[in-house]
Amino acid sequence: MGRYTIRRLLQMIPVIIGTTFLIYAMVWALPGDPFAGKCGDRPCPPSYVAEMRAKFNLDDPLPVQYGKYLGNLVQGNFGESFSGRSVLDEITQAFPVTFQLAVLAIIFEIVIGIGAGVLAALRRGKFLDNLVLISTLIVISIPVFVIGYLMQYVFGLKLGWFPPTVGADPTVYELILPAFVLASLSLAYVARLMRGNLTENLRADYVRTATAKGLSRRRVIGRHAVRNSLIPVVTFIGADFGALLGGAIVTEGIFNIRGIGGLLYLSIRTREGATVVGVVTVLVLVFLLVNLLVDILYGAIDPRIRYE
Amino acid sequence: MSDPNASLAAAAPETVEKETYLGADLPPEAGKGGQSRSLWSDAWRELRSSKIFVISAVLIVLFLIMAFFPQVFTFGKDPYTCDLTKSRLPPSSEAWFGYDTNGCDVYTRTIYGAKASILVGVLTTVFCMLVGGFLGTIAGFFGGWTDAILSRITDIFFAIPLLLGGILVLTSFPSGDSTTLFQEVGKVVLALGILGWTAMTRIMRSSVIQVRNADFVVAARALGASNGRIMRKHVVPNSLAPLIVVATISLGGYIGAEATLSFLGLGLQPPVISWGTMINEAQKYIRVSPHMLFFPAIFLSVAVLSFIMLGDAVREALDPKLR
Amino acid sequence: MSEHLLEVDDLYVEFRTRDGVAKAINGVSYTLDAGETLAVLGESGSGKSVTAQTIMGILDMPPGVITGGEIRYNGEDLLQMTEDRRRKIRGAEISMIFQDSLSALNPVFTVGDQISEMFQVHRGMSKKDGMKKAVELMDSVRIPAARERVKDFPHQFSGGMRQRIMIAMAISLDPAVLIADEPTTALDVTVQAQIMDLLQDLQRERNMGMILITHDLGVVAGVADKIAVMYAGRIVEDADILPLYATPAHPYTEGLLDSMPRVDTKGSELYAIKGLPPSLLNLPPGCNFNPRCPYKQEICLQEVPPRYEVASNHHSACHFWEEVYSGDRADSAG
Repeated sequence: MGRYTIRRLLQMIPVIIGTTFLIYAMVWALPGDPFAGKCGDRPCPPSYVAEMRAKFNLDDPLPVQYGKYLGNLVQGNFGESFSGRSVLDEITQAFPVTFQLAVLAIIFEIVIGIGAGVLAALRRGKFLDNLVLISTLIVISIPVFVIGYLMQYVFGLKLGWFPPTVGADPTVYELILPAFVLASLSLAYVARLMRGNLTENLRADYVRTATAKGLSRRRVIGRHAVRNSLIPVVTFIGADFGALLGGAIVTEGIFNIRGIGGLLYLSIRTREGATVVGVVTVLVLVFLLVNLLVDILYGAIDPRIRYE
Repeated sequence: MSDPNASLAAAAPETVEKETYLGADLPPEAGKGGQSRSLWSDAWRELRSSKIFVISAVLIVLFLIMAFFPQVFTFGKDPYTCDLTKSRLPPSSEAWFGYDTNGCDVYTRTIYGAKASILVGVLTTVFCMLVGGFLGTIAGFFGGWTDAILSRITDIFFAIPLLLGGILVLTSFPSGDSTTLFQEVGKVVLALGILGWTAMTRIMRSSVIQVRNADFVVAARALGASNGRIMRKHVVPNSLAPLIVVATISLGGYIGAEATLSFLGLGLQPPVISWGTMINEAQKYIRVSPHMLFFPAIFLSVAVLSFIMLGDAVREALDPKLR
Repeated sequence: MSEHLLEVDDLYVEFRTRDGVAKAINGVSYTLDAGETLAVLGESGSGKSVTAQTIMGILDMPPGVITGGEIRYNGEDLLQMTEDRRRKIRGAEISMIFQDSLSALNPVFTVGDQISEMFQVHRGMSKKDGMKKAVELMDSVRIPAARERVKDFPHQFSGGMRQRIMIAMAISLDPAVLIADEPTTALDVTVQAQIMDLLQDLQRERNMGMILITHDLGVVAGVADKIAVMYAGRIVEDADILPLYATPAHPYTEGLLDSMPRVDTKGSELYAIKGLPPSLLNLPPGCNFNPRCPYKQEICLQEVPPRYEVASNHHSACHFWEEVYSGDRADSAG
C-alpha cells in the first residue's frame, strides 16, 4: 500500500509542474497584450505596466519567468490584485464558506444520488427507474445556472422557503438551497453511475454464488453487490469534491455567496486578471491534490488495484 | 460544477436489459438470416426503433433549421429592430416571449440565437474530435514512449477543468474590437477546445488499445500491412464507436459551456446573439421580468438535452454487449 | 420403496422471453442417493445447468417459470416450500460450485471472509470463529499455507486454488448434496485431475451425493456411478457408467462417444455429429434429435419417444434403441 502511494505521488509531480506551467502560459505567454483586461475596463497606466513587467519578470525568457513564478508559488505568493491585496489572503478568507457549501453538496450527492441509484437499479424497468433516468437526464442537460435561477426564483422568491441570496457569514440553513443547486449535476451523475454499476453487478457471477450460498436477498444485494458497485462511485464523488470547490463559481455568483467561487465570479466581472489567475491556480492545485487522495483511497478500497 | 467531459467518461455504460437469466445455456440462434451484419448496420436498425433517438433527432433537425434558416420560424421578423418603448414587456399575443431591456422581441432573438450557440458546440466538437482522435490513435497504437509522453501531456491539460480553462483563456483575450460572428465564435471554440480535446484523446486511446490486440489486426500485420494502413483501415474504423458517443454527448456539454461562459460575461459578446448572451443580459431582471431569461434558458436546455439523448441512444445501439 | 436423497420428478421449466417461449426443460427426471455420483452430460442448451439451478432455487423467475414436476429432497417437494426454508437448505444442505472461479468469487472480500460467511449466516457464529473454520476448510481442500492465505483475495490465487476455495465454501456446512456445474472446464488438464480427485475424496469422506454437470466425457469416466445424457431439455439416455460407455442405446450418446478423438484412430477424419442443437424457442416435432439422427424414420418426426427400458438401470428415449444398442461401436466412426 505504501509503495502504491509513493508511486502515485511521484506521478503527480510532473503533472503539477506541467499544469501550473500551462496556466501560466495561457495567461502570460499567449500572443497579444498580456495586460489587456488586467486593470479593469481601462488600459493599464504605463507606470503600472513597467512595474508589473519587472515584477512578473516578463522581460525574461519564458522558462525563467515560469521558474521565478514557481518559486513564488512555493513560497505561497500567488500575486496581488489590482487593489494591492494579496490573492492568497483573499482566498483564505473566502475558503471556509465554500468548504461548507461543498460539504453540504457532497452530503446531498451521497444521500440522494446513491439512494436514487440503488432504488432505480432494484426496480429496473419500472416506474421508479424511469423516473430517476428521466429526471437525471433533465438535470444533466440543464446548465447549472439555469437550475440555479430556477431554484432561486421558485423556492427563494416565489415560495420564500429559503433566502434568495446569502449574506456574509451565512448560516447552514441559508446554504441549503445553493448547496442543492451545486450538487444537482453531480447528484445526477452519481445516481446514473450507481444505477449502472449496481445493475451490472446484480447480474455478476459472484452474486449467483452468494445466492447459492443461501444468503438472504438483503445480504446479497446490500453486502455483496452494493459494495462492488460503490467503488467507482466513491472515487467519482471524491474527484468531484475538488470540482465542487472550484465550480461553485456559478452557484456562488447567483446566490451572492462570498466564497472562492464568488471571488472568482467578481474578479471575472471586474476583470481583475491577476486575481483570476491566482484563484484558478489554487483551485487546480487543490483539484490535483484531491485526485491524488482519491487515487489512494481507491487503492485502499479495491484490493485488486493495490497489488498491481 | 463538474467538468461534464470528465464525468461522462467515467459514467458506467447503461445497457438495456435484454432477457438474460441465470445460467441459461441456450444455444445461439442457429442460422439467423444469412446477410452479413456489421456493427453499424445493426446499430442503425436498432436506432431506428428507439423512441429516444427519434425524438432527439427530430429536435436536433429543428434546431439546425433554426440555426441556418431562422426566417422559417420568425416569419421574416428581424432580431435587431428594437423599440425602446416596449422595454421588458411580458409575453403577449404580439410577442410570444415578450420583450427584453432594449425592446427587442425575445422570441425572434431566441430563434436567431440558435446559430451562434450551436455553431460553437459543433465546431468545438469537431476540433476536439480531430485533435483528440488523432492523438489518441497515435498514443494507443504505438504505445511505449509515445504513449507515455502523450498521456502525461493529456493528464496535464486534463487537470484544468474545462470551465476554468475557458475562463483563463477568455480573460486574457477580452473582446474589444472583434465583432464579427466568426471571430467571436472562433475565440470561444478555441477557449473550449484548448482543454476539451483531452477527454476525446483518452476515449480514443483506450478504444484503440483494445482494438489493436484484436485478432484481425494481428492477422493484417502478419500479412505484411504497414502501420499506416493498419491504422487507417482496421484500427480506426473499429475504435470509432465510443468516440462518437462521447462526441455527441460532449456537443451538448459545449453548448452548455458556451452559455455558462456567456453568463459569466466572458463568452460571446453583443451584438452576437446567443442563448448565453441573452441569459447574461437578463440576469439582473430576473425578479421583475423572468421571461427574458427563461425562454432562452428553455431553448438552451432542450438543445443540450437532445444531444445528450442522442448520445445515449447511439451508445445503446453501438453497445457490443448486446450483440 | 426406499426414499432417494434427491429426486427430480418430471420437471418442466420454460423461459418467457421477448422472442417467444423457450422450453428449456421438458420432463426431466433423475434420482440421487447418498454417496452416489450422478453425471449429467450434455452440450450448451441441453438444460443441464438450468435443472441444477432449479434444484438450488437460484433461477431468475421471471423470465423462468416452472410449469410442472416436483423436486423432492428427503421426500419433501422443494418447489412447494417457502423461500425461507429453501434458503436455509441452500448452501447448507444442498450446495453448488460453478465453472469460472474468478468471476464466481467476490473480488473485494478475502477468501476467508467468504468462507466464514457460511458459518456466520447459517450457524450464527462470530466472525473470529468463522475464520478459524475457514482455515480448517482450506486445509482440508489442500491449499498450502492456509493460515497465511486466509486473508488473501481471490485474484491472488491460481485457477486451481480458487476452485478449491469454492469447493471449501460449498462443503463448509457438510451438505448432503453437492452440485458441481462444470467445475473443471476452465482448468488445465493436470489441475482438472487434481480437482476431480479432491471431489471424489471429499465425497467419500462425507458420504455426499454429487451431481456432476459437464460436457466432457473424459472427466466423467473415472468419477461417476451413473450418467444421464441430456439433449434439448430432455434426458435421452440414462445408465450406470460402464454400460453407457460400452453399449450406448441412443444415437446422440453414440455420436458423442464416436466424436471423442482416440489414439488408435490416428489418420482418419474426426467424426462430429452433423447439424446444430435446436433453438429452444422452436423445437422440432417428435423426437428433438431427429434432424441430426442417422437412424431417423417417419415415426421420429411424429412421436416423442418415451423412456424405453433397455436393461436394468438403463433407459433410452429412442424409438430405435435396439439398433443402437446392438450396433457394432468399434467401427461406426469409419
